[in-house]
Formats: sequence, C-alpha cells, structure tokens
Amino acid sequence: MDDKQKPQTIAQKILACHCGRDHVSEGEIINADVDIVLGNDITLPIAIEEFNKIGTGKVFDRDKIVVVPDHFAPNKDIKSAQQCKFMREFAREQDIKNYFEIGKMGIEHALLPELGLVLPGNLIVGADSHTCTYGALGAASTGVGSTDVAVAMATGKLWFMIPRTIKFMYSGDLRKWITGKDLILHTIGLIGVEGALYKSMEFSGSAVSKLSMDSRFTMSNMAIEAGGKFGIFEVDEITEEFLKFRSDGNYKIFRSDPDAEYEKIYNIDCSDIKLQVAAPHLPSNAKNAEDLKDINIDQVVIGSCTNGRMEDLKISAEILKGKKVDKNIRVIIIPATQNIYLEALKKGYIETFINSGCVVSTPTCGPCLGGYMGVLAEGERAVSTTNRNFVGRMGHPGSEVYLSGPAVAAASAIAGRIATPEEVI
Amino acid sequence: MIIRERTIKYGDNVDTDVIIPARYLNTSDDRELASHCFEGLDRDFKEKVKEKKIIIAGNNFGCGSSREHAPLSIKTSGVKAIIAASFSRIFFRNSINIGLPVISSREAADFIQDGDELEVDFSSGRIKDITRDKVFNINPLPEFIQGIIKSGGYINFVKEDLNK
Repeated sequence: MDDKQKPQTIAQKILACHCGRDHVSEGEIINADVDIVLGNDITLPIAIEEFNKIGTGKVFDRDKIVVVPDHFAPNKDIKSAQQCKFMREFAREQDIKNYFEIGKMGIEHALLPELGLVLPGNLIVGADSHTCTYGALGAASTGVGSTDVAVAMATGKLWFMIPRTIKFMYSGDLRKWITGKDLILHTIGLIGVEGALYKSMEFSGSAVSKLSMDSRFTMSNMAIEAGGKFGIFEVDEITEEFLKFRSDGNYKIFRSDPDAEYEKIYNIDCSDIKLQVAAPHLPSNAKNAEDLKDINIDQVVIGSCTNGRMEDLKISAEILKGKKVDKNIRVIIIPATQNIYLEALKKGYIETFINSGCVVSTPTCGPCLGGYMGVLAEGERAVSTTNRNFVGRMGHPGSEVYLSGPAVAAASAIAGRIATPEEVI
Repeated sequence: MIIRERTIKYGDNVDTDVIIPARYLNTSDDRELASHCFEGLDRDFKEKVKEKKIIIAGNNFGCGSSREHAPLSIKTSGVKAIIAASFSRIFFRNSINIGLPVISSREAADFIQDGDELEVDFSSGRIKDITRDKVFNINPLPEFIQGIIKSGGYINFVKEDLNK
C-alpha cells in the first residue's frame, strides 16, 4: 500500500492538517503551523531572550500566545518577581491578549481549557512538560523548551517528528472512588516511565467513554510521565458538553481510522484497578494504596495541573466533611483556578476544608515542584495529588512524595498515614 | 568536530529535578544555573566536571520537566557531550536547540565506564573508548536535526532561514 492510502492515527491526522497535507508518515519530520503557544514564569523569560535574538520584533500572532505566571506566582521571592515582571512587560509590549495576571490567573493547564483557549484538533505547544493535558480535548498538544517557544512565537511554526502511537483500551466498571489518576498511575506502572517515550498515547475504550472531563485531563496530563509526546482522547458527547459554553463550535474533530496501525495495544480491565499510589521516586512505582497503610506522613497536598479541578475538590470535601485532619500533619489544598476556587466556595467545600484544619491557597504550582507554599524538610514525607515524585521534587533531597488521587490524599489527611476512604468514613 | 574527554557515569532516569532543582529556576542566568547543576544527584559534580566533560547515562536521561535550564546548566558547566541509552523527548530537543551534543547509543552507554577516556567524532559518528580500546558507530541524526546542529542551534538556524 502506498503511504498516501495508509490509515492514520489521530496524531498523524492533526499533524498532517497543520502542514497542509492529507498524510504524514511515522518518523518523518515536518514543519507545522501551531495554534497556541504557551509560556509560564519559569520558562518564558528564557524564551523571550531567545525570541529577541531572532529579530522579528513582533510575535507572529498576538492572539495565539498565552502567558501565565503560575509557578512561582504570586511572586515567591525577589528573583521570581523580576522574572514575572520581565514576562509582564513583554506581554504588554507585544499586546498579548491572553496574559493572565494574579486574580485572573490559574494553573495554566486547568486555565486554558476552562477558558476555551484550547480546542479539539488544535496543535498546541507550551514550554511546560504538562502541556500534553489538552490531549483530553482531542488536540495534539505537547511540552517543548524555551527555545522552541521562542521560535514558535516568532514564526508560528515548529518542527515535529511524526510519532508512533500506542493505544490503551480501558474496559470494565470503575470501583468506588476510582478516578483518572488511578487509571493513569496504573498505566504508567504497567509500561514504565519510558514506556511511551517519543510516542503518542491514545486513550479509549468503554470505561473512558464514561470518564469525566476532569479525569481525562488528569490522564492526558500524566502522559509525559510515561515519556509520551501526546496523550489523546477522541472527542465524544462529554467533550462536546464541556465545550458547549466555552467555544463557538469552530473546531475540527479528528478520529483515528479504525484500521490505523498502532505500535502496541494494551487492554486494561478497570474493574481490577484499586486506588493507586506511586511510591518514591518514580511515577511508575504504582502500588495499591491498601498495601501502604504503614506509611506515616507529614503533609498532604491536593491541587496542581493534575488534580486541582472540581472533581478533585468534590471528592476531597466528601471525605473531609465533618472530620479533622490528623494533628501531626499539614494539609494544603490548592484550587487550580479562580473559577474552581469560587465554585468550591459556593458549594461549601472551602468551608469544609477550613473546618477540617486544611489551608486553602490561591492558585499556584508552588509545592508540586518544591517552589514554595509547602516545601518539605529533610526526612519529611507527603502524599500529593501532583504528578512527580522524583528525588527532591517537593523540597529537600531527603524528603519523599507519594503520588495519589484525591480520595487517598483526603483519607490520608485524616489518618495521618496513607489510607483509603473506607478507613476514615 | 572531534573531542577527547573523560567521562562521568550516571544511571537510569536522571530527571530534570536532580539536574537543576526547581528552587533555582527563579533565574535564567546560565552561570548561576550551572553552579547548582546536578545538585540533587551528585554533590561532587562541580569538582568532577573540571576533569571529566562527557556524561554517560542509562535510560530516559533528562526525564521530567521541559525546563531548558537543565541542558543549559549542563552545557555552561563545561560538559561537551552526553551519551545515553535513551533520552527523554523534551530534553533531547532542548539540547539540540541550544547546541549541546547528545548521542543516543544503548551499546556505548552500557559499555563505557566512569572515568574512561573517549574520543568522539561527531561528523563521522564514531565514539572511541580509548581506555578500553573499543569503537562504536552512532546512527546519524535526521538531516533536518543535523542542520540545526550545523547552524549552532535552533535560533541561528531559524535566523538563517528567515534571511534566505
């Protein structure tokens, strides 16, 4: 069969469409037009310096650049303040519409979908590895570095190698409390931290067709933790419902051909999956939470681009309602955007958290990467709904992070050790 | 280009948090970043790199964050090349974009030991382990990527392209 007749995956179709072609072949390098270019307060300052060296003066399209100070903002120290200031001035000079100041800002990967800035069929790059989150909307979206963002801001184009695709078919009914976080930790545990290196991950099957958008964002978000380039869901009624009030419907839906070629297909029965925890120091160290009950903790973090959305806060509030957090631990809850914060407030979740003894923070990436707002001391241990548990990720190189979904995190907050909801409710 | 240097060997999954912990990402000053390079993994790196300027590593080198600060801090520390069994996608891309030579070779990464003296010929794609007298031939990178390297990084490559 000639390459032009070969069936294609969703990743191939989106990349082909963005370089004006019908077909692209795996391994081929293309120069493609990007729809959205994203930067934050850590990565954009270097990108701006590199952008200035290119010498185009203006960005290629001021409406297609998104700038979010979220990692060390609200400014954690003088140097961070300088970085944020540099970025803010650039956004003003370039008249960038989608610059989100404190007060409007949220964690970037929760904020962009919430505002309808990223849509199905888009090709999106961001100088943040978790840019793969938008795959949940049927987009080809991936993290790149600052130099790539500089080039994309100047020219609107970037080089891409066409990836092979691994398909994950999830079937069966989810057990109580199981969310996208448990499915993705289980999956990374199955294939390893480089199981999808350079590959596009495609999530499908009867079980994901019932998953909420929030759970899908969590799964796409962590595609990078298996080395993945994209983590894509096909658009369905749940996606369309999410987009109904967020877009004017002006987007293109791509689907993989039924006979598309996959490098591998994994069939995963979700009815077997119990609440998951990834032990230090790799996201692939997935274990059943019930097997880690003797692990004492010092801190719980519920938030981040992985699990700071409404579903996560709802589950946490359900478990924490009327309970007190263990007297020996600190619990930090970070709604990912201002809108999520406000909705959680209206629903009474914030009151529940405060009454339980948690602190609730303004949106920031803060503790996830050991920036601020919950840095760990030597020998301390946290259960966290974030995405990485590398050495020193949340603070001292001698501290430890156990990754979980919101149910285990909230239950552990009450128990003062790793726990499941059944133990505390 | 041919380089002759000694090696520092690390293991699998060397992540960007140990290469440059996030608490130092409040600057883009390359000298300052280099002063914290590998702080989460090897406190002696700063001393070692004075004598040894090629890093050898296992699988998935540079996994984790997209922070270009990671390859930048390694390059500014004086490292001339990284040879790993495999690289994380973003780290590999970032290194090429900033002109830090990265070579993917499982065979070479497994064989070469800490402290070995290597001769690396980037144009012919040949790694010679002088200490152990063994030669490895590297698969050439795609032509497009070689073009970026020849221009000395992605920014120069794009500038040349825009001036055509």
